[in-house]
Amino acid sequence: MNVVQGLKCRECGREVAVGPVHVCEFCFGPLEVVYDHDRQRRVVTREAITAGPPSLWRYADLLPVLPGATPQERVDLGAGFTPLVPAPRLGAALGLRDLWLKNDTLNPTNSFKDRVVSVALSAARRLGMTTAACASTGNLAQSVAAHAAGSGMDSCVLIPADLEEAKVMATAVYGTRLVAVDGNYDDVNRLCGEIASEDDDWGFVNVNLRPYYAEGSKTIGFEIAEQLGWRLPAHVVAPMASGSMLVKIDKAFREFTQLGLVDDAPWRISGAQATGCSPIATAFKSGVDAIRPVRPDTVAKSLAIGDPADGYYALDVVHRTGGAMEDVSDPEIAEAILLLARTEGVFAETAGGVTVAVLAKLAAAGKIDPDERTVAVISGHGLKTLPVLQGRATPTHTIVPTLDAFHSALAIQEVHA
Amino acid sequence: MSATIRIPTPLRTATGGASTVEVDGATVGEALAALEQAHPGVGERLLDDNGRLRRFVNVFVDDEDVRFAQGLETPVQPGSTVSIIPAVAGGC
Repeated sequence: MNVVQGLKCRECGREVAVGPVHVCEFCFGPLEVVYDHDRQRRVVTREAITAGPPSLWRYADLLPVLPGATPQERVDLGAGFTPLVPAPRLGAALGLRDLWLKNDTLNPTNSFKDRVVSVALSAARRLGMTTAACASTGNLAQSVAAHAAGSGMDSCVLIPADLEEAKVMATAVYGTRLVAVDGNYDDVNRLCGEIASEDDDWGFVNVNLRPYYAEGSKTIGFEIAEQLGWRLPAHVVAPMASGSMLVKIDKAFREFTQLGLVDDAPWRISGAQATGCSPIATAFKSGVDAIRPVRPDTVAKSLAIGDPADGYYALDVVHRTGGAMEDVSDPEIAEAILLLARTEGVFAETAGGVTVAVLAKLAAAGKIDPDERTVAVISGHGLKTLPVLQGRATPTHTIVPTLDAFHSALAIQEVHA
Repeated sequence: MSATIRIPTPLRTATGGASTVEVDGATVGEALAALEQAHPGVGERLLDDNGRLRRFVNVFVDDEDVRFAQGLETPVQPGSTVSIIPAVAGGC
């Protein structure tokens, strides 16, 4: 079954054949996958989806599966179909009565990046590429290294040298060539663009495979709708680095609506950034349609993209759907990680802290209706960014090993409480 | 009274291989119009049908992004360098 027709420039509309390209040669706009919608309408049904595997590949007919690809040759560690859970205690703390969490910390390498990597590297194999590569702020590095190892591909991962130690170790463990670059993410990304233009065998998931890669994020939106019983939520709050995930969640809801898999109903999408790297939120709040690149300075390293490739499209989506954008400080991010963990038992990395802190800010500002069904996307696991909790998550009591000491320690606690 | 326009590699097919082009023009818009006159066809790669700068084309006058100055009305001083830089369409 082949639903992919080619690639098309999002800006000028020029079409090109499927291949390892991501930028329009004419106007430099990003290329996007074009599907055979008639064919999709015939084969994609609720029944066909639910009969599929419990992973993002249940939506294979809505993804850029290239001609001739078989399920056996997919690069697949089981990403996707993560839990969508109600969050009543966090909701109560924020004054929201119908709050849900999309818990993407439970992917194979504990972030949503496994979705996009599985889709991109499956396409890379079909394009005859032999080396999996990426520019990464950390989560993507782990995911590419793991998926390459698990499918027998060579890999090479480029990261900024100042990444959290846990992310470095959790990438190196997979035996990849791990290149630490003395520069920030935007420097690394530019370097990867240069390498990618030199060698066709190298598949940079977020450079020359970006049209395929980005489509993987749609599966977050597909799953949210399916898991809500084939209904769209009223509001989604998502973190923004390049802005791509937010844009693709919106695209997923549009595709499900057009295919008749859900009833047509309005939805809003809001975007979350860290104040130390908030080029998209800043443009939104100042009402301008131009994004000024910034030099990132935030603990939320997984969102630290100063020159966001999909920023314009994220602005378009949030304006069109009537959502909002906000940004939050580093202390607010740490507090939000604690709040989420302590109310819902979900431990998020800094990007999740950004999302929850922005959720709180939007709720307090009346930009989320207390009764509307709201989903917050928790995109990565807290063990990836432990240093941000330094001094904030410690033993509450330290005692000698006696019963008396135990009782008096807890009694003192109660008096103070 | 001329300024220098720096041409990025992917656009040099439209400038006969030239990496820089000397033009006359008091504003970015005039400089780009002069570039189009010298090398017909390059203009539509930079400006859309409404004559606006395309979203993934960045133009700098010396070190200032014209989007944060006066756009195509941004003044070009004699001896200035106008750099055309495609956006880096990559990343997470």
